[in-house]
Amino acid sequence: MNSRIVYIASNTFREAIRDHVLYNLIAFALLMSGAAILVGQISLGIERLVVVNLGLAAVSLFGVVIAIFIGIGLVSKEIEKRTLYTVLSRPVERWQFIVGKFLGLAGTLVVNTAFMAVGVFAALLYVTRAFERTDVWILVALYLIILQFLMITAIALLFSSFSTPLLSAVFAFSLFVVGSFAEDLRGFAAMARGISRWLAIGVAYLVPNFSSLNVITSVAHQQPVTGQFILSDSLYALVYTAMTLCGAVLIFEHRNLK
Amino acid sequence: MSAIEILGLAKNYTVGFWRKRQKCALRPLHLSVEEGEIFGFLGPNGAGKTTTLKLLMGLVFPSEGSARILGMEINDPRMKAQIGFLPEQPYFYDYLTANELLEYYAQLSGVDARERGRKVSEVLARVGLEDVRRTQLRKFSKGMLQRVGIAQAILHDPKVLFFDEPMSGLDPIGRREVRDLMEELKRQGKTVFFSTHILSDAESLCDRVAIIHLGELRGVGAVADLTSSVEGKVEIIWHASSVPASLKALTSDCRFTADTVRAVVREANQDAAIDALRREGIRIVSITPLRTSLEEYFVRKLKPSQTAAGVRS
Repeated sequence: MNSRIVYIASNTFREAIRDHVLYNLIAFALLMSGAAILVGQISLGIERLVVVNLGLAAVSLFGVVIAIFIGIGLVSKEIEKRTLYTVLSRPVERWQFIVGKFLGLAGTLVVNTAFMAVGVFAALLYVTRAFERTDVWILVALYLIILQFLMITAIALLFSSFSTPLLSAVFAFSLFVVGSFAEDLRGFAAMARGISRWLAIGVAYLVPNFSSLNVITSVAHQQPVTGQFILSDSLYALVYTAMTLCGAVLIFEHRNLK
Repeated sequence: MSAIEILGLAKNYTVGFWRKRQKCALRPLHLSVEEGEIFGFLGPNGAGKTTTLKLLMGLVFPSEGSARILGMEINDPRMKAQIGFLPEQPYFYDYLTANELLEYYAQLSGVDARERGRKVSEVLARVGLEDVRRTQLRKFSKGMLQRVGIAQAILHDPKVLFFDEPMSGLDPIGRREVRDLMEELKRQGKTVFFSTHILSDAESLCDRVAIIHLGELRGVGAVADLTSSVEGKVEIIWHASSVPASLKALTSDCRFTADTVRAVVREANQDAAIDALRREGIRIVSITPLRTSLEEYFVRKLKPSQTAAGVRS
């Protein structure tokens, strides 16, 4: 990989760490500890279901919040503070900057998720006393959650490349909410008639399909996730992320840094 | 070969939300800076100095025209490896220490990994920040950040340096050190292009200057050539309590202090003024040529109302 991208990614990772992003792990740890202790007392027979559901939902929520709130400032903050000037006046191409920033935040989210995954498994072990073979599907759910993070990071970066942090946050969060109901939107499109049908189809396929990547409920119920599903969703997420990043690069390549 | 060639570089911005209109930030600019020169780019605030520098750094895109630095286009990465840039009032990643920041910039500039540590140490010593190299930049004063800015600009030993208001935020000692540094860079054969509205800095440092105002180039040349176009004056001092009538026609600038009169006359009227004083039997104390400053030239090139706010000497 291009070394300048690696340097920019490493610096972005370092920035996130020094901005105390990983402090969210403390809140997560408290949440999981509390949940594990409480669940053991009040939910007889469904401890596993509750801990997995709650744990994975928390991993997803914490990660999305980090992805959006750091992602929206990745470019706009650098322009606002003019730190970008001394970077782009060096032999660094604008696309390298965007890709480096993306990889830096993606790396932060992966590390953060890894720590949270340990927390989920620890809480699960506490309430069930032993792991089961089907618990391996939790790893698949975590993998798909990370794919969601990649998509939402790319989306936040896209908005950050041309908009203010506040508007970027609103746009990115709205898109996340709409994307979480993408399957319902597709269902509605199939039922609609006339121009609204085509409009609904267009929107349904344009917004990121986060609902497809959400297998938390099935995994909590110990239902397997097929290899074909994992493959197709991986392809979808990676293509969507790459195209969103291309959009961010295209906008940023033509932006005047006033 | 010219180090910097600016060929009709111009910049218009679109302003307004509903009623969009064009605002001209820089009219077509033609300028050439030779290798090894210290070149001053002068103008009041809002004249177009920073826009020009941003165009040269590829931070904004020109509406028309082009530029070449060291014979290469301004978007050429090979060229960017050979230039250093200090933005106006620089701000850096404040979660990094001075050492980490310079290491990062050295990486981006393509400095060899084996040389990075040595170069960073050298440049920190050069700007007087050795003792605070492990301190996070968030704890730095404005003057210290300016020094970090200078350090990052010279870190990779570039051939051409662009400084946007390099003396800004520095105390008198700091300003002196920057002047010394720029002279040292010139001795090393580097080309220095710097913008300023502090005329005394330009006058003491520059081989040539360009004056820009309202996005338009108003004059360019050696400081001596530019100032020679402004008519010289002399100050005559004599002991008396009044001005002879024959002298009143030659000067309008007379000041009285105790038993001394100070009058400023044009160089062309100097002999006539001396003759007038001798005829009256007045003893002349001194005749001093008044140095024509770049400031006078600058003020003449700009409208008075527009210089008041932006010019300091």
